[in-house]
Amino acid sequence: MIATLAQRLKAVLPDQAVITDPVRLRTYECDGLTYHRATPGVVVLPESAEEIAAVVRLCQEFQVPFVARGSGTGLSGGALPRSDGVLIVTSRMRRILDIDLPNRRAVVEPGVTNLAITEAVRDAGYYYAPDPSSQQICSIGGNVAENSGGAHCLKYGFTVNHVLALELVTPDGDIVELTELDDGYDLLGAFIGSEGTLGIATKITVRLSRAPETVTTLLAAFATIEGGGTAVSSIIGAGIVPAAIEMMDALAIEAAEAAVRCEYPAGAGAVLIVELDGPTAEVARQFAAVERICREAGSFEIRVAASAEERAAIWRGRKSAFAAVGRISPAYIVQDGVVPRTALPEVLAGIDRLQEEFGIRVANVFHAGDGNLHPLVLFDDAEPGQGERAETVSGRILDLCIEHGGSITGEHGVGVDKSRYMPRMFTDDDLATMQLVRCAFDPGYLSNPGKIFPTPRLCGEVPRVRKGPHPHEAELF
Amino acid sequence: MDAELIKDCVHCGFCLPTCPTYVLWGEEMDSPRGRIHLMDQHVQGTPLTPEMAGHFDACLGCMACVTACPSGVRYDRLIELTRAEVEREHVRQPQERAIRGIVFALFPYPRRLRLLKLPIRLGSRMKTFLTRVHPSLGAMAELTPPPARRVRLPRRVAARGPHRATVGLLTGCVQGEFFPGVNTATARVLAMEGCDVVIPKDQGCCGALSLHSGYDGRKFAKRVIAAFERAGVDTVVVNAAGCGAAMKEYAELLADEPEWAARAAAFKVRDLAEFLVELGPVAKRHPLELTVAYHDACHLAHAQGVRAQPRELLRGIPGLSIREVAESSICCGSAGTYNLFQPEPARELGDRKAARVRDTGADLLVSANPGCTLQITAAMRRAGEQPIPVAHTAQVLDASLLGRRVVA
Repeated sequence: MIATLAQRLKAVLPDQAVITDPVRLRTYECDGLTYHRATPGVVVLPESAEEIAAVVRLCQEFQVPFVARGSGTGLSGGALPRSDGVLIVTSRMRRILDIDLPNRRAVVEPGVTNLAITEAVRDAGYYYAPDPSSQQICSIGGNVAENSGGAHCLKYGFTVNHVLALELVTPDGDIVELTELDDGYDLLGAFIGSEGTLGIATKITVRLSRAPETVTTLLAAFATIEGGGTAVSSIIGAGIVPAAIEMMDALAIEAAEAAVRCEYPAGAGAVLIVELDGPTAEVARQFAAVERICREAGSFEIRVAASAEERAAIWRGRKSAFAAVGRISPAYIVQDGVVPRTALPEVLAGIDRLQEEFGIRVANVFHAGDGNLHPLVLFDDAEPGQGERAETVSGRILDLCIEHGGSITGEHGVGVDKSRYMPRMFTDDDLATMQLVRCAFDPGYLSNPGKIFPTPRLCGEVPRVRKGPHPHEAELF
Repeated sequence: MDAELIKDCVHCGFCLPTCPTYVLWGEEMDSPRGRIHLMDQHVQGTPLTPEMAGHFDACLGCMACVTACPSGVRYDRLIELTRAEVEREHVRQPQERAIRGIVFALFPYPRRLRLLKLPIRLGSRMKTFLTRVHPSLGAMAELTPPPARRVRLPRRVAARGPHRATVGLLTGCVQGEFFPGVNTATARVLAMEGCDVVIPKDQGCCGALSLHSGYDGRKFAKRVIAAFERAGVDTVVVNAAGCGAAMKEYAELLADEPEWAARAAAFKVRDLAEFLVELGPVAKRHPLELTVAYHDACHLAHAQGVRAQPRELLRGIPGLSIREVAESSICCGSAGTYNLFQPEPARELGDRKAARVRDTGADLLVSANPGCTLQITAAMRRAGEQPIPVAHTAQVLDASLLGRRVVA
């Protein structure tokens, strides 16, 4: 059936935009999370919303699932393809269509990278605020799907706070527009973060922010992670909202050092990166307070970036941390969980206990300001049993987060990787309600199926006219 | 192929935006991450299909991905091993084989290159006809610059002023034949900075062209090492980025031959800009009222990590101001033999680079690699405009030291 579909796809797309060669298809078998792999049935590289709509309509006609993919950097397997379906890749849709500085907005195609937006408006004194660590390559379409954050979302919010309107292709193949001015339900809000289950964004109107008058970045080194944690609580407790507060532990520092020679202070058990931005007078005042708090919390060395280059040097270590761990471990799992800030010390102590119990190393990198943890669980896949133990540790960390009133994901999404943890966090009723929303958009359950929810709810249970056989019936024959 | 090197890739995708072919086509299998995935498939037992070979051939080998990679993947080594594998296993079309035969029988041999300069030049009038015969022949005709007067370099140039070092100078194949002025400028600058410059006659080709295309370059490497050993120099200074990059890897190349491995390890190679900055300036710089754009050659910036030094040298010239070229880390499409074997993407990248260079509004483009110079000049000619003059860092320094105008 896929072969027939591929033929039909070639009728609506240029030949070279439809990939069917098995060797080529396999290069799309996973995104940034390599743990889950599936070779897509066929890959298409559309260049317009109309082409995507045509592809989706064909998927409906053939009753074949489709998955959208941007740059393939996601860390929850949200773009994991279906071997019985179509992978719709937006990497050729990378035009910035309009920049409207007086109204502080830009309209871009989904394949445009996050950083490309900032680069296009930087000289005019603007930027696009959400900044995932993969910002130089992650696509804005993917950011919309995952409601991506980044180091600076503590002060400025997530993708959902910076998208003003969307053009999207619904799972029925219609092209519709959603804006923040729409009456009725907040459909724009529902769509952002829906991980590709409600349709595919084809045009994104983003908010451009004025670059702050002053940015000050400080790196404080602590002997222990507790010292850093105390400083974080005191800074927020003092009523200061920094643009970012990031923490890295000794193992994460070691990895970053090996990768990019970031030259963080020697002997640090933890480093804290605090960035303050805003009007110069305000930043100066807050900076003095932050510096004092860090010293009181036991920081033994404080560095302040004196130039944009020095600021970039401080951030380089943090932003490369995930991939840098590849230098100190053959394999690793990037975890993403959230805990209330006040519970940070307890959760970190719990992670320490897990390390000892299972003999698995965990490097900690986190957005400390909003309690978003990114534990990196290290293992050697050549050693029998280590992968499974690492998986267990990774899962137990999420249990810790839930126990302390947190969440199983801060910004990487649920995808395929965490769907099984959803019932730990939500009741059956919660999940059923969420699925009803999903069914309203995608009654045929074809748009990125198998993601977010542990078991698919059958949309046939909602009173409506059903097309085709009942899913149970289909299984019988 | 080395499975261990493949495993270093964690599939993060940070390499994608720096890859010229990904920038052009937006396809996973024409990105470094995708190509490593293909290598992995092959190591796991998938036969090398023509499609696979096509994606490896399409890689420029610019090494921008090596700079971008946070996990330290040795893509440079991986693609070199892969290219050798492609040459062993993949059967090329007869026409393609013939073109490759011509290039590898010609370019690494300065004497043959010299003999053929005239016919190639005549060929430029028949560009349309040659392109029809084979696009690579058309590209060759388009790239060839007007004939330069041959310059015979002396065997030895003595240091001016107090002696500070004795260096060897690699004259290169394309550099020596098409841009002899760069070699004379290099020798003069080195001498004026207090170096005795030795220029062995029998040095031959450094092997870069072969090595970067998956052919055995060991005999070239040995000949170069032997020639400079006989010359008795401390350091070999190279003014062509591609050559320098290959020569810095001689030790790795000859690692399996103990005697040669030791000799290669003792062989000290420096790019001209790198060497001059390490040495420190003593000669007087005369002002040059010029606005220049500096072009990062991939084999200098990415393969050798030499970015700051040429800029520092240029900034040391009074009156001269430097403009940066947008997208400076993206290859111009020259990439050794790439613009001959893959003329179409090379042309697209060349046009892109030429437009970015034009946007700087500079009077002069400074480029430290002969291939880039040919490529960018051809792209500007193609756009139907007067190409902005292109000079090597050595020529700009030479002009400043002599107090003359830059002769590009």
